[in-house]
Amino acid sequence: MNLNFLEFEQPIAELEAKIEELRHVGDDNDLNISEEVARLEAKSESLTASIFSNLSPWQVAQLARHPQRPYTLDYLKMIFTEFEELHGDRAYADDKAIVGGVARFEGRPVVVIGHQKGRDTRDKVYRNFGMARPEGYRKALRLMEMADRFRLPIVTFIDTPGAYPGIGAEERGQSEAIAHNLREMAGLRVPIVCTVIGEGGSGGALAIGVGDAVLMLGYATYSVISPEGCASILWKSAEKAPEAATAMGITAPRLRELGLIDAVVEEPLGGAHRDPALMADRLQQALSSQLEQLVEMPIDQLLERRYRRLMAYGAPQG
Amino acid sequence: MSWFEKIMPSRIRTEGKSKRGVPEGLWTKCDTCGAVLYRPELERNLEVCPKCGRHMRIAGRARLEAFLDAGTGTELGTELEPRDILKFRDSRKYKDRLSEAQKQTGEREALVVMRGELLGRPLVASAFEFRFMGGSMGSIVGERFVRGVETCLAESLPLVCFAASGGARMQEALISLMQMAKTSAALARMRERGLPFISVLTDPTMGGVSASLAMLGDVVVAEPGALIGFAGPRVIEQTVRETLPEGFQRSEFLLEHGAVDMIIARPEMRERIARLLAMLRHAKPPKAAESLPEPGPDPDVDAA
Repeated sequence: MNLNFLEFEQPIAELEAKIEELRHVGDDNDLNISEEVARLEAKSESLTASIFSNLSPWQVAQLARHPQRPYTLDYLKMIFTEFEELHGDRAYADDKAIVGGVARFEGRPVVVIGHQKGRDTRDKVYRNFGMARPEGYRKALRLMEMADRFRLPIVTFIDTPGAYPGIGAEERGQSEAIAHNLREMAGLRVPIVCTVIGEGGSGGALAIGVGDAVLMLGYATYSVISPEGCASILWKSAEKAPEAATAMGITAPRLRELGLIDAVVEEPLGGAHRDPALMADRLQQALSSQLEQLVEMPIDQLLERRYRRLMAYGAPQG
Repeated sequence: MSWFEKIMPSRIRTEGKSKRGVPEGLWTKCDTCGAVLYRPELERNLEVCPKCGRHMRIAGRARLEAFLDAGTGTELGTELEPRDILKFRDSRKYKDRLSEAQKQTGEREALVVMRGELLGRPLVASAFEFRFMGGSMGSIVGERFVRGVETCLAESLPLVCFAASGGARMQEALISLMQMAKTSAALARMRERGLPFISVLTDPTMGGVSASLAMLGDVVVAEPGALIGFAGPRVIEQTVRETLPEGFQRSEFLLEHGAVDMIIARPEMRERIARLLAMLRHAKPPKAAESLPEPGPDPDVDAA
């Protein structure tokens, strides 16, 4: 089993393995092989297209958590220039699960904030699996307030299983830190564009997710609780996670339909990790068109619009 | 069956199950001290055990009726009824869970909001009904809360909220998560306008409610012994793989860690909140609060 591929992608993995094998043989002899390789490659592509055209929400959840998926710092490298990372909440610590700083987006200075996950085991632990503690949310707020002072638009990237459920996090006021961000983000006097690039896990995601435009990558998810968590509470069995994923409607197209997000940024065939450069390109275009509109808007009008949007969530007539 | 239950006349025997606080019985047992309590007396005492002072859970409506001056409360947002937007179904349909909760509690939703008076001064007060799907916050809970805030903004009134909730309502998925943003944004307007919001955290205040409106009070009050936090104790135990310290996530723990301003016992709630509000609003002390004893050493803390 090829670990670069998820379970439902195994037929693709097998084809890819065959192609690889043929190429290897092809080094030694024969011409027909290149034809065969081309044929198999075409087949692999159409197989991928057919598998990906019909993914279940649970399969999308697997993709959103794919270990090779581009993370915040990857997009920072591909889309932004002159990134200067800023650290710490000025009160307790620097939370590595959230990164942030100033950077240029298409030449325009902005503040960028995002959850950061780790790639290998050590890095994962260093980043606490992208699960922030209160100091992470407080660092984010400090940077957002700075953005407000210097009139820099804010771009956030959401990718977290959720806020960290630990003893220290509770002692230092996890709830208060999240709540505080929600209240302050509603009133920041600069445009805010939020994008869910992977997992949008509950309050820990929303704590940097209140804005003027909320985007999602095609295979990102956004939900009030993880499918496993929901399943173990409502079905009394974590194995019902696929059912929970479907019932909650965690995928980008579904949430767009419900009017809870503004736009879906399509991913390359097979997911963002199959072609990070193409993904970054599309994300840049999406961010660019959102920011262009938002920076033109008079700030009081923008704030009123943000407030109306928030009040419309689940409102009886909306 | 114990000898006492055997000789007790059947008409005053508590109903069947030996579980705590069976509401329909005439007698109930305190979980903390084990005292057998006469229900009407317990109700008069606002569900606080007269023997040991344990604060038991109280229904949202009963809470507001006891908190506001008698007969002054008018309910807001009664026309707002919960809906099943996602057609959510787990082992049971959300619709069925809703109608069962409505039957059990007599409430239409998990939040009751009233405009009324406290010691003669107008305000808006809201209270969660924990027995209604764990006091969970769905779209109508959020909307009702915002209606309360809007009334405050329109009439320049202060707001008091008694939280009792397990968090966001899973059956409304992301819509319920967004209620955290919605209620918090509404409270930002209260703040801009300089209208006070006093948040009272009661047992339990967890998850999405704790991580939004409940922690945003200008003054955050807790009732004695309430469980308050973001993640539930079981989730934390599974994550950190160690047993949690004694009293973890209880009101007294939060006070010690600087997360709440004060702990107020339920029988003193009216006067203390009225007094706080009067000072925040530059008003004269409310009559009934004048007789309150000046704060002495905290009775919950051993004299050092």
